[in-house]
Amino acid sequence: MTLLDIHNLALSIHGTPILKGISLDIAPGEVCGVIGESGSGKSLTALSAMQLLPEGSDCSGRITIAGRDVLSMRESELCRMRGADVGMVFQEPMTALNPVQTIGHQVAETILIHEGTSKTEAMSRAAETLARCELPQSRFPLDRFPHELSGGQRQRVVIAIAIALGPKLLIADEPTTALDVTTQAEILSLLRRLVDEDGMGLMLISHDLAVVTGLADDVFIMKDGEVVERRTARTLHRDMTHPYTKALFEASGHQPDRTESRIEESILKVENVSRDYLLPRRTFLGAHPTMRAVDDVRFEIRRGECVGLVGESGCGKSTLTRAILGLEPVQEGRITLDGRDVFTEPDVRRKMQVVFQDPFGSFNPRHRVARLVSEPFHRLKRSATSDEVDEALTSVGLAPEDKYKYIHEFSGGQRQRIAIARALIIRPELIILDEAVSALDVSIRAQILDLLVDLSVTYGLTYLFITHDLTVVRSIADRILVMHAGRIVEQGNTDDVFETPRDAYTRRLLDSAPKLPV
Amino acid sequence: MTEEGLLRAALRSRNLVVGHLLAAAFAIGAVLSLFWTPYDVTELTIATRLQAPSAIHWFGTDHFGRDILSMIMVGAQTSIAVAIVAVGIGMGIGVPLGLAAAARRGHLLDETIMRGNDLVFAFPSLLIAIMITTVFGPSALNAIIAIGIFNIPVFARLTRGAALPLWTRDYILSARVSGKGPVRISVEHILPNVTNLLIVQGTIQFSLGILAEAALSYVGLGVQPPTPSWGRMLADSQTLIAIAPHMAMFPGFAILLTVLGLNLAGDGLRDLLDPRIRNA
Amino acid sequence: MLRYTVKRLGSLLASLVVASLVIFACIEVVPGDPASFMLGINAQPDTVAALREELGLNRAPHERYFAWVGGLVTGDFGTSYTYRSPVSEIVVERLAISLPLAIYALSLTILVAFPVGILAATRRGSLTDISVMATTQLGVAIPNFWFALLMVLIFAVKLRWFSAGGFPGWDAGFLAAVKALTLPAIALALPQASILARVMRSSLLDTLSEDYIRTARAKGLTGRQALRRHALRNALIPVLTIIGLQFSFLLAGAIIIENVFFLPGLGRLVFQAISQRDLIVVESVVMLLVFAVIIVNFLVDLAYAWVDPRLRSRT
Repeated sequence: MTLLDIHNLALSIHGTPILKGISLDIAPGEVCGVIGESGSGKSLTALSAMQLLPEGSDCSGRITIAGRDVLSMRESELCRMRGADVGMVFQEPMTALNPVQTIGHQVAETILIHEGTSKTEAMSRAAETLARCELPQSRFPLDRFPHELSGGQRQRVVIAIAIALGPKLLIADEPTTALDVTTQAEILSLLRRLVDEDGMGLMLISHDLAVVTGLADDVFIMKDGEVVERRTARTLHRDMTHPYTKALFEASGHQPDRTESRIEESILKVENVSRDYLLPRRTFLGAHPTMRAVDDVRFEIRRGECVGLVGESGCGKSTLTRAILGLEPVQEGRITLDGRDVFTEPDVRRKMQVVFQDPFGSFNPRHRVARLVSEPFHRLKRSATSDEVDEALTSVGLAPEDKYKYIHEFSGGQRQRIAIARALIIRPELIILDEAVSALDVSIRAQILDLLVDLSVTYGLTYLFITHDLTVVRSIADRILVMHAGRIVEQGNTDDVFETPRDAYTRRLLDSAPKLPV
Repeated sequence: MTEEGLLRAALRSRNLVVGHLLAAAFAIGAVLSLFWTPYDVTELTIATRLQAPSAIHWFGTDHFGRDILSMIMVGAQTSIAVAIVAVGIGMGIGVPLGLAAAARRGHLLDETIMRGNDLVFAFPSLLIAIMITTVFGPSALNAIIAIGIFNIPVFARLTRGAALPLWTRDYILSARVSGKGPVRISVEHILPNVTNLLIVQGTIQFSLGILAEAALSYVGLGVQPPTPSWGRMLADSQTLIAIAPHMAMFPGFAILLTVLGLNLAGDGLRDLLDPRIRNA
Repeated sequence: MLRYTVKRLGSLLASLVVASLVIFACIEVVPGDPASFMLGINAQPDTVAALREELGLNRAPHERYFAWVGGLVTGDFGTSYTYRSPVSEIVVERLAISLPLAIYALSLTILVAFPVGILAATRRGSLTDISVMATTQLGVAIPNFWFALLMVLIFAVKLRWFSAGGFPGWDAGFLAAVKALTLPAIALALPQASILARVMRSSLLDTLSEDYIRTARAKGLTGRQALRRHALRNALIPVLTIIGLQFSFLLAGAIIIENVFFLPGLGRLVFQAISQRDLIVVESVVMLLVFAVIIVNFLVDLAYAWVDPRLRSRT
C-alpha cells in the first residue's frame, strides 16, 4: 500500500499556476527523492501534502496519506494529522526554532498537543527522542535554548520535533542545504537510520543530485511545476531519458575544459599569517580573551594558477580572504602581491579583485550597472570610459546596453556575470572568487565555471577559488589548500589530495561529500 | 520599478493621496495667509467677540473678536515653520551621527553617540522646553530647539539601525576593495539606501513636531501672543468652553487633520517605498 | 542574568550622573547668578546677598553640585524660595497625584492596546482590522489636551457625569480620587494606546511570518495555538521598547493634561515655579522626572532579559 499518494496535483497561488499535474507516491520505509532547481515547485509540493500553503493557494487533484484524502479534510483533522502522522523538517535550522523556548518544551509540545499526557511524561519522552537524534541529555539538557546550539544541532532538534510521535511519513525540505559538508553527512545518516528503525516513508527534497541519489530509493525530477522524470536512484545515471535530467546530471558534475598554463613565478605570497580577534571581557575589568581565527598560514600562488581554498564555515577562510585583500590587519606574518606588501603598499591592491557569493547583496541597488562595474576605477583615481564598461560587459556575455539598467532587472546568474565584469574591468592579475558559484543553480553554475575558465585564458588571470564545495573545486582547481580551525592542514595538487589525502580532516571532508553515481 | 510605474502606484494608494491632499490644504492655507486672510488677525474688535460660526465669520470669532478662520490660516504658518525647522535640526545632526556610529560600529565613537542618544531620550521635549524657558523666558525659538533636540536621537538611531545591516553587504566590501574609505562609502552607498526610510520617518516626525508645538504653546512654553498659534488658541478657549465651544473645535480639528494627513502620507510612502511590499 | 543586571545597573547610574550634571549646568550655571535671576532686576543688593547666602551660591560650582546631589540622595531637595518650605515635601504632595495618573494611564494603554492589537493581527484584512487601523490612526493624530477639552465639554459640561476638574484629595476616598483622575487618564492613554495597538499588530504580523511558526503548525498546532504559544512572547520584544518610550511621553503628557483638569500635580507646580522663577523647584522636578524615565528604561531592559533568553546568557 502506498503511504503518500499524490495524483495529478495542480496548485495555483492568486491565480498563477505553480504546479501542473504532479503525481508522486511513496511506500512505507521508502526514501523518495525530489530533485529540482529553484522555482521548480518542489517545496510547494511538500507543503501541499501538509496543507500549509501560503494564503491565496488553490489545490486540485488528489493527495492521500495512509489512504485518507488530505484535500477534503477539515482544518481540525489536518491539525490532528500534522505532527502525528506526518512530520516535517525545514531548510533553515537557524530560524526554524522558537528562540524564546527551550528545546525540551519544543519537542515535548508535539507530544502534548496530540496525546493528553502529563507534562512530565512528555518531557521524558522528549529527552528520549532527542537522544535518538544524537543529542544526549548529558550534553544537551532539555532546558537549552536554540541559540546555545550549532546549526547541525538545531537541525537535530527540528528532526526530533518531527519524529517525536513516530509519524508514518517524514518530509524533509532541503534539510542539509544550510549545513557544512561533514554536518550534512551526519544529518543524512541520521535520517537514514530513523527511516530504517521506524519504517517511515521519507520524502527528501533537494537541489543536490548527489545528496538525493546517495540516500533515496526512487527519485522524481521536477522542473517548472511538473515531474519530468521518475527513476530508481541507483540506476538513474544509466536509465535517464529526459533531456532536462541529462542536462542536470551533466551540470552537476560539470568539468570545464581547461589547459594548465602555470608559470613558475609566484604572484601571491602568504607568509606565516595569524589573525586574532578580541572576544568580550569575561570579568568586569579583565583583559579581552582572544580567538585565533587564522593561525600561522603560509602558501603561495603562482601566476596563471587556479588554487582552491576549501574549508567549512568558521574555519577562518573569510578572515584570510579579507586579510589578503588588505581589509583586515594581521597580527603576525606578511602578505605580498607581486613582491609588494598589501598593507604597507596599498597601491599594489589594484592588481587584485574579488567576486562574492551573494548575487543579491553584492550590488548597491540604487546605482546603474555602468556605475557598479566601474567602481574599481576609484583605485586608479580616474573614471571608466564607456568603451571599458562595454568591453567588460561583453567579455562576460552581457550586452553593452545592460549598463543602463539597475541590478534588480537581472537574474542571479546574470548578476554573478556583472560581478565578474566589475572584477575584470581594471585588468587585475589575481581574482579572488569567494564562494562565487555557491548560491547558483547547477546549470547556471556550470555556465559561470566555463566563463571563468575562458576569461583566465583570455586575460591571463590567476584565481584563488574559495569554497566549501568539493565537487566544484575538483573541477576547476590546479592545486588545493584545505583549511581547518584556522590552519592550512593540507595542500597539494588537486588530484593528489583527492586521491591520497594525508590529513585526517581532509579524509573526513572527502568521505562526507556526497558523490554522484558513476 | 520605473518612475512612471511608481507614480501610478502612488496614485492608487488611498493613504498617500488623502494624506497629501490634507497636508497640502494646510500648506496652501499657510502660504495664502502670507498675502491675504479674510480678516486682519491683529485687529481686536470687541463688538464682534465670541460669535458663533456664520456666513460672515465661517469659523466664528474669539474673545477678542478675531476671525478664527484667519487665525487658523496664520497659525498654520507657525506650526509648519516650527515643525520644519525642528525636523531639519533633527535630521541635520542626527543623520550624520547615525552614519558615523554605523561606520565605526562597536568602537568608542559608536558607543559615545549611542549613550548620548539614550541620555537625550530621557529628556522629553517638554522637559527641555521647561528648562530653556526657565532660564531664557518663553518664545517660539524654545519650542523649535526643544523639539529639534528631541529629534536628533530619533534620526541618529534610525540611521544607525538601517545602516548597520548595509555595512555587512558584499557591495560595501567590494567598495572597500576598490579603496573607498568610510566617509565616501557612507555617502555613496549607505545614505542613498536609507533615504526612503528617512523620508518616511521625516514625515512622521513632522507630524509629531506639529503636535508638540501645539502642546508647548498650549501650556505657554512656545509661541507667545499675539502671534496666532493653534495651541494658544486652544488654551484661550479653555475657560470659555461652556459658552463658546467653537473656539475649541476649529483649532483642534486643524491640528487633528494636519497630523492625520501627514501620518497617512507617511504610511503611504512607507508602503510605496518598501521594496518588500512593492515587489510582493 | 546577574551579569546583565549589573551591567544595566552600571549604565543606569552613569545616565543619572550625566543627567544631573546637565540639569545642574542648565539651571544653576547658565543663568549666571541664580539669586539675582530669581529676584528679578529690581531687587535690592542686600536681599540678593541674603539669598546667595541661603542658596550657598558663594561656594564654587562643583561644591554646589556635590551638595545638591548629596541632598538628592538623602531626600533633601533644598528649600523653595517662593513656598518657603522644603521642596521634598511639596514634591511628595504633588507626586501623589502625578504618579498615580501616569500609572493609571499606562495601565489603560496596555489593557486596551494588547487585546486590540492582537485582535487586528489575527483578523488581518477583516472589517475589524480595518476599523481598528482607522480608529488608531485618528487616535495617534489627536492632540491629547484637545481630546481632554472635548471630554470636559461632553462629560462635564453637557452630561455632568464628571466634574470639569480639580482633585478632591486621596482623603476624600479612593473612588472619588480615582474618578477625578479618570478623564485625565483616558485623555493621556488614547494616543499612546493607539500607537501601542499598532505596534502590537505589526509586531505580531511579523512574528507570524517567521519560520518557527511554520514549524509549530507542522507539529499540529492550530493557528490560534501557534499564536498563543509561540508568536505572542516573541512579538512582545519590540512592544516593550515602545512601552519604555511611552512612559516618558506619559509623564510629559501628564504635566500638560494636569493643566486642562486643574489637577494640583507636578505639572501645575512646575509651571507656577517657572513663572515665579523658583529655580530650586524647577531643578528638582525636572531631575525627578528624568530619574523616573531612566528607572523605567532600566526596568524595560530587565523585562527584555526576562522575555528573551538570548540576552540573559550573553557574556
